[in-house]
Amino acid sequence: MATPKANIIVVGGGLAGLAATMRIAEQGHHVDLFSVVPVKRSHSVCAQGGINAAKNLKGEGDSTWSHFDDTVFGGDFLANQGLVKRMCEAAPGIIDLLDRMGVQFNRTPEGLLDFRRFGGTLFHRTAFAGATTGQQLLYALDEQVRRHESEGTVSKHEHWEFLSGVLDGNGVCRGICAMDLRSMTVATFPADAVIMATGGIGAIFGKSTNSIACTGSAQSALYQQGAAYANGEFIQVHPTAIPGEDKLRLMSESARGEGGRVWVPRDGRPWYFLEEWYPKYGNLVPRDVATRAIHKVVFELGLGVDGQDAVYLDVTHLDRHTQDAKLGGILEIYEKFVGDDPRKVPMRVFPAMHYTMGGLWIDDERQATNIPGLFAAGECEYQYHGANRLGANSLVACIFGGMVAGPAAVAYAHGLGRGAAATPSGVFEAEQKRQVEINDRLFHNLGRENPFVLWKEMGRTMTEHVTVSRDNAKLRGADAKLQELLERFRQVSLADQTRWANQTFFFTRQLYNMLQLARVITLGALARDESRGAHYKPAFPERDDVNFLKTTLAHFAPDADEPRLSYAPVDTSLIAPRARKY
Amino acid sequence: MPDAPVHAPAPPLRGKSVKLRIKRQAAPEAPVRWEDFEVPYRAGMNVIVALLDIAERPVTAQGTATSGVAYDANCLEEVCGSCAMVINGRPRPACSTLIDRVLPDLEQPLVLEPLSKFPVVRDLAVDRQRLFNDLKRVKAWIPIDGTYDLGAGPREAQSAQETAYPLSRCISCGNCLEVCPQYSTDTGFVGAAVISQVRLFNLHPTGSLNAAERLQALTGPGGIQQCGFAQNCVKVCPKDIPLTDSIAAVGRQVLGHAVGRALRG
Repeated sequence: MATPKANIIVVGGGLAGLAATMRIAEQGHHVDLFSVVPVKRSHSVCAQGGINAAKNLKGEGDSTWSHFDDTVFGGDFLANQGLVKRMCEAAPGIIDLLDRMGVQFNRTPEGLLDFRRFGGTLFHRTAFAGATTGQQLLYALDEQVRRHESEGTVSKHEHWEFLSGVLDGNGVCRGICAMDLRSMTVATFPADAVIMATGGIGAIFGKSTNSIACTGSAQSALYQQGAAYANGEFIQVHPTAIPGEDKLRLMSESARGEGGRVWVPRDGRPWYFLEEWYPKYGNLVPRDVATRAIHKVVFELGLGVDGQDAVYLDVTHLDRHTQDAKLGGILEIYEKFVGDDPRKVPMRVFPAMHYTMGGLWIDDERQATNIPGLFAAGECEYQYHGANRLGANSLVACIFGGMVAGPAAVAYAHGLGRGAAATPSGVFEAEQKRQVEINDRLFHNLGRENPFVLWKEMGRTMTEHVTVSRDNAKLRGADAKLQELLERFRQVSLADQTRWANQTFFFTRQLYNMLQLARVITLGALARDESRGAHYKPAFPERDDVNFLKTTLAHFAPDADEPRLSYAPVDTSLIAPRARKY
Repeated sequence: MPDAPVHAPAPPLRGKSVKLRIKRQAAPEAPVRWEDFEVPYRAGMNVIVALLDIAERPVTAQGTATSGVAYDANCLEEVCGSCAMVINGRPRPACSTLIDRVLPDLEQPLVLEPLSKFPVVRDLAVDRQRLFNDLKRVKAWIPIDGTYDLGAGPREAQSAQETAYPLSRCISCGNCLEVCPQYSTDTGFVGAAVISQVRLFNLHPTGSLNAAERLQALTGPGGIQQCGFAQNCVKVCPKDIPLTDSIAAVGRQVLGHAVGRALRG
């Protein structure tokens, strides 16, 4: 007997969204795929260094258990262990699948996949396609989804922005409300289940390594509708990025994986401080550790290059073939944007906000949020990385999460007594009306505030007080500032009043959601009086498992217009927490 | 109409400034107009930074309030392909175009126009859907049996990877199509980017099993015979993809395919 055809909405066309879409379409079900940009232009394209899988092709005795252990240890034991273990076990098969799809991974002389080292592990575990691995992976999935699209099982809605979930009277997600980024039409779309795969939140920090589309607006909208947001305070600051006025461009960890060294001049000679402080892992300590070390060297020891906020990332000693065949993509970025040839002169880099470990709360089995019918995968959810993500684990987590969420959403759809078709049309009409009213209010505002100015102030506050080093008084100040900005947001007015492809308008709508989510991050950090992974409070320098080995959950309280925090236990049933020392 | 909103006063133009001249169009059918802007110069600034300045303070050089300029952009590190536009007569990615490299003395204006080969959505934003449709037309994918675990993929020589990898870096920006005399809605020509993708997939051991389908798609209207060998494409590719090599290689494959079909009757 043929199973009835489900109709699933996937929001977001990066690796997680495409992986989910591919799996659903392959089972013969239909996907409506929404994305703010053509999916081929999604932020996954920016991932550089590679994707982890314990294939053990270098005779080092690597195993999926070691990958699991490194990931849990790297995350300072805050990750629930069940899904992490499943991901690590699935990773070698995911690499094989990508290989079969035509990803141009680098090869060994024998024609096998080559692997390199990355942070937080002693094994060569990272498969890579030059230094543009994310691009190659995204394209491979994009091509598979295009194939399904040509067969009619996938309908793409590109240049549409998610505004909200459509929740029925029982709080069940029955579809979404979205806006066409050209005509600005607001419409609802019914579905049996919805998968969110909307990526990162870099724009909340103003400048980051993220793409423009990574605003977190969709996650925030759902949080304000009742979705729980977990571990929001865990923000990864990548140790090596090129400072810039429009964005902080990532310089991949693969530069160090291939032998690149971090140093500053001291007493007229290079001081390789990571190698001196961490002899075992050297330049490949995890990102949180490397970032704190760089901050210490620059801010406490005053040893930044030329007195500036910069350290050297040096690949000049690597042979030309390694530079070009394995790192060409990133060296080219440095050369194009800075003007110096990093093959000849060391790169000047500095830490930059890069990734959110926190995100929409999902369960330990099916990538399901606390809203029935709503699933999440990829950076927008909180599983897999705990308090700090290891390099090259994001791509595998995105694809694995999508591959779990897709079939889980189909199974959910089949278990539904009454599908979206049976939902009263009034539910959809009411949500559409609510969103149109928000739009109209924004157009009719006549205040004096400029959304871009508010955004810059938010970004500066978040970067200064809610990234590498956190202090409770400053966090309170940051939250007060965010509340002030939310208040001033009421006075925002738009220089552009047109109702066609009005980018200022879209940005302003996103800004409101960014401000709400910024409070979740800030207040989560304030409440967590310990240091764990990327969350570091000098006043509480130790990890405190007695009081804080727990997941932060933020629920939006509509009356108070702010988050309420609660906590949930962490599943540490497979690997007992131990001290994290590198 | 509500009053024009009040904005922060213009920052003083200490030292040098960048003059911009931007081709604008409020909607696909709206009339074209040009607007001039002036923003402070900072060393190393790219075109995106200038557009962000205008968004923050949308006032023309003549002091008239206007709207921010619409444009496509996402990654800002020349890998998503969004922000291609015509900058001083040549298609370039706005993010990796540093203003002082285009205009060393800053005396002339920076002239921004949308790509002309695609329908304008608004200002500098265009609709490149045709490019993605053409990727569908030539079946630019590896037709795998399924996503279940079927073991490792085919082995590949390092040299083969080093040939294919550069082709796989195409960001679908459309620069090569902008400068192609043959690329138009009249010819339906798929253009260099898509032909190069056919080469990529035909090189792959599994992809080669379906090479004939892709080559067939490149015969007939809009196919590879439309190429006029102007060789402009390869000069403007931001990823240095050997597009003319790809066209030559695929041209030979299409010829072989056509001869084979003819011989088989």
